[in-house]
Amino acid sequence: MDWGSILNNTLAGFLTPTTIAFALAALGLAMHFGFAGLLNFGIAGFMAIGGYGYAISVLTFGLPWWAGMLVGVLGSVVFALILGIPTLRLRGDYLAIATIAAAEIARLLFLTTAFTDVTGSADGLFGFNSRPDGSGFQNSNPIPQGTYGFGPFTYNEQTLWVLVFGLIVLTVAVWFLWALMRSPWGRVIKGIREDEEAVRSLGKNVFAYKLQALVIGGVFGALGGIIYTAAQNISPGVYVTSLTFFIWTSLLLGGAATIFGPVIGAVIFWVIQAFLSNLLPALSTSGILPVSTTQASTLRFVLVGIGLMLLVIYRPQGIFGDKRELTFVK
Amino acid sequence: MSNNEKPQKTTDLHIGDAVPGCKKKDPMLVIDHVKKTFGGLTAVDVEHLEIPSGVITALIGPNGAGKTTLFNLLTGFDTPDTGAWSFMGTSLSGVPSFKVAQMGQVRTFQLTKALSLLTVIENMKLGAKGQSGESIFRALFPGFWKKQDEDIEVKAMELLKRFKLDTKKDDFAASLSGGQRKLLEMARALMTDPTLVMLDEPMAGVNPALTQSLLDHVISLKGEGMTVLFVEHDMHMVRHIADWVVVMAEGKVVAEGPPETVMKEQAVIDAYLGAHQETDLGEVTGRINIIKGEDK
Amino acid sequence: MKFLLDDTRRRALRIILVALLAVFGGLSVSAPALGDSVGEEYSATVFGNVKIDGEPIAGVRIVVDGGGYTAETVTDSDGRWSIGVPEVRNYNVTLDESTLPEGISVLEGGATQEVEFGLTDRVAKNFFIGEGERNETSIFDQIVSRFIYGINFGLMLGLAAVGVSLVFGTTGLSNFSHGEMVTFGAVAALIFGVGLQLPLFIAIPIAVALSAGLGWSLDAGLWRPLRKKGLGIVQLMIVSIGLSLTMRYIIQFVIGGGTEQLPGFDSPKINLFGAVALSSTDLMSMGLSIVVIIAFAYWLLRTKTGKATRAISDNPDLAAASGIDVDKVIRIVWIMAASLAGLAGVLWAYFRPGIKWDMGTQILLLIFAAVTLGGLGTAFGALIGALIVGVLVEMSGLIIPADLKYVGALVVLIVVLLVRPQGLLGRKQRVG
Repeated sequence: MDWGSILNNTLAGFLTPTTIAFALAALGLAMHFGFAGLLNFGIAGFMAIGGYGYAISVLTFGLPWWAGMLVGVLGSVVFALILGIPTLRLRGDYLAIATIAAAEIARLLFLTTAFTDVTGSADGLFGFNSRPDGSGFQNSNPIPQGTYGFGPFTYNEQTLWVLVFGLIVLTVAVWFLWALMRSPWGRVIKGIREDEEAVRSLGKNVFAYKLQALVIGGVFGALGGIIYTAAQNISPGVYVTSLTFFIWTSLLLGGAATIFGPVIGAVIFWVIQAFLSNLLPALSTSGILPVSTTQASTLRFVLVGIGLMLLVIYRPQGIFGDKRELTFVK
Repeated sequence: MSNNEKPQKTTDLHIGDAVPGCKKKDPMLVIDHVKKTFGGLTAVDVEHLEIPSGVITALIGPNGAGKTTLFNLLTGFDTPDTGAWSFMGTSLSGVPSFKVAQMGQVRTFQLTKALSLLTVIENMKLGAKGQSGESIFRALFPGFWKKQDEDIEVKAMELLKRFKLDTKKDDFAASLSGGQRKLLEMARALMTDPTLVMLDEPMAGVNPALTQSLLDHVISLKGEGMTVLFVEHDMHMVRHIADWVVVMAEGKVVAEGPPETVMKEQAVIDAYLGAHQETDLGEVTGRINIIKGEDK
Repeated sequence: MKFLLDDTRRRALRIILVALLAVFGGLSVSAPALGDSVGEEYSATVFGNVKIDGEPIAGVRIVVDGGGYTAETVTDSDGRWSIGVPEVRNYNVTLDESTLPEGISVLEGGATQEVEFGLTDRVAKNFFIGEGERNETSIFDQIVSRFIYGINFGLMLGLAAVGVSLVFGTTGLSNFSHGEMVTFGAVAALIFGVGLQLPLFIAIPIAVALSAGLGWSLDAGLWRPLRKKGLGIVQLMIVSIGLSLTMRYIIQFVIGGGTEQLPGFDSPKINLFGAVALSSTDLMSMGLSIVVIIAFAYWLLRTKTGKATRAISDNPDLAAASGIDVDKVIRIVWIMAASLAGLAGVLWAYFRPGIKWDMGTQILLLIFAAVTLGGLGTAFGALIGALIVGVLVEMSGLIIPADLKYVGALVVLIVVLLVRPQGLLGRKQRVG
């Protein structure tokens, strides 16, 4: 077995566009679930709307990349409002089912052949990051062509540009959430998580606060989808419910009611994923694991499922959460 | 229960006879034809009721009399089938609960709603009204709210001292005892600078050692010019602090008047015990065992 | 959806079977010049020819789908098409009948058919097309047959939905792993019916028994300990998500990523009346569902355990206080839920048709829709909800594109949550 290559690929999982996308989406879930207590099982839908909003507005409407990304963000705001205004009255588990259904509706609408001209249906969309007219995201890349970094962290100028841009967005998102949660606004949000009737009895417009939290977390999710899309093509097969559950796993790994937990959780998730996706097939090829390589790569998702169960049962506050501040109060 | 000093009772509140629905000289809440049914069951059916200003009014009645439901209706936590009510002359029909609270009518809950995973001081600060840092845009920049937040903290600490919770200020509310949570909930309600404080069973589940201090707090609210309306089962407490008593049974107001007279009314005794019983209500409904003869 | 309206005797059909290129397909060194090819970067290719009476039809849409890969193309002026595929495995090839000329349709095997690679990396797929009944089927007949299909689907969905409803009613858990319990039944039938070659009347009962065993062991090994540990509802819900992921990928580990079939999935259609045709498996499936549902209803309404189950759904504390062994009843509920889900899985494998590792995920939200529509925690509500969802899903195909037919059901789910969160049969209570 080539331990050097396994180690190399594992370390590479620390910093990829996908890791940043997961961190952003997990940060959105932290806003929703960790702080406001909203059970959103449709974060994949927010990501899809961010990514498709960006890709479609560039390809179909010829907008420059930054305007396309803004459209993606605005799309998620609209989605949050459409979803939130009627459903935020609902009890927690009802909200969970409503959001997962809404995310599936969004995915099926991107998948259907009825709108192939715009969405590319099952094939998805491509060619929106570099545009012949120079308005694409990669066209604005200030980094000269070349190879940068060292060892596992070696990137070409295109990936590096996505990473730099993604890290800037992530930093702003982390600051935003931190600034909000230390403020009186954050106090109201946490109060709502604990008992919304009590907060209502103190004269706070609970519904408005919940809607604001849903929109902010949804925008973070959309930004995650946009960063993910800025690095590759977009296809509806990515935004399945499994994606939502993987992001939940990242969130719970780090700690739902923390600021840095979701970011670190996403990093840990992807480092483990990178490690297992290299280790397990290698074990299978070298005959240590008596299964085919395809089966070996399936095993890592089995381990994700088991990991999620153990985490929720034995350490629901996550790695970085305060043990007293469990978020499963309802 | 120690009765070291008798609180000063306010009398002469009503106009005409003290009968159900009688007019008050200075009403704060006026309720008309409020009716609420669950399925076929009528939970509340109040023809007319006025709650006097500046005094302590007790709302009593047997289990299922509709006291808590009436509380929920008056505070916008539930909507009645029919009826109208007003608070200091402003109609409250259809006003959402958070606006009711903003108008100065604050309530507590029968089952305490301390926000468990917030610290005691955060619980308190949440109560303050008109915080600029609660708007999402200003929240991002502490310059907008830091000063106000400090003032709120000072005020919160004063209240916590009064309620003897100041040493617990950084503890999670979850770690408090049941009685301490009741105190915290009441203190938090006072952070909103209310005009009318509505307490739903403030004594339920409270350690007897704390009841006297809770009673004193309720009485002091009146001293500070607030109006108090509370639901309570403990007749000794009612007799001790209430200036006016409203008795409900099966959703209706069956009697009202000053505590000394209303508890002797046959309708009230009937409501609690069924007809033809002659027992001191305190003996039956009080939570504290009465040593015979102490009250005489 | 296989939807073949077959009446070959009544009209003269000009059936065209285009040349079986597959025979020499592997021999040809270079691929023939094909008008519109997709996926040329792959070495494996699925290709074919669309002609009627020797005349090529251009512009017919063909979709190849399988193993997470989907690609589509249209036929060129010679009626030819070719699609490159990444793996040598089974694919579903769909001919989009709406792109055929008026009055023409696929006559045999349905518009979606499976192709299997032989020894080479090229495989041909040709459709028997002719002046079919597609446009001659009256709207009324279409409605009737879709309705019957919907009932069939709804009954099957009902078998799966009552389990979710019972579990929710007795434990408060919204079980996200129920979809995998459905898949489990189908996979067990596959292992015994195809793998071990047992006859179906033995393999299916074994599958249901194994599902019951799964329900027992999940409660004994996971849910009961977690109840004792006092986990909250949200925590349990997320545990069920973890369980769902675990089971789903274990199933993929065992059966792989392809689609498998149970014996007799392609049994011929029998004309019932008008243009309504059902296969014998469809009829048996409906019969079996109805029998099982009646037996279930008897159990819930008449037996002691059934009554205890309803009592716990009403008020668990009161039920426990009146001497009902709550844990024992919940254990039975899990066994019931898993067996019914397993049976539903077998029937669904015939209905789709096919068994795939992620089939449970596809049906989970429809189950939730059915349960919510009927009223969370009410078993009979779940049955009615399932019938409505089943009929809705099938009938909506008349109006909206087939690949959006689940959207209708999901929209209904959300609307029900908003308008009547207690469902059709649920009691009105505060849920907000």
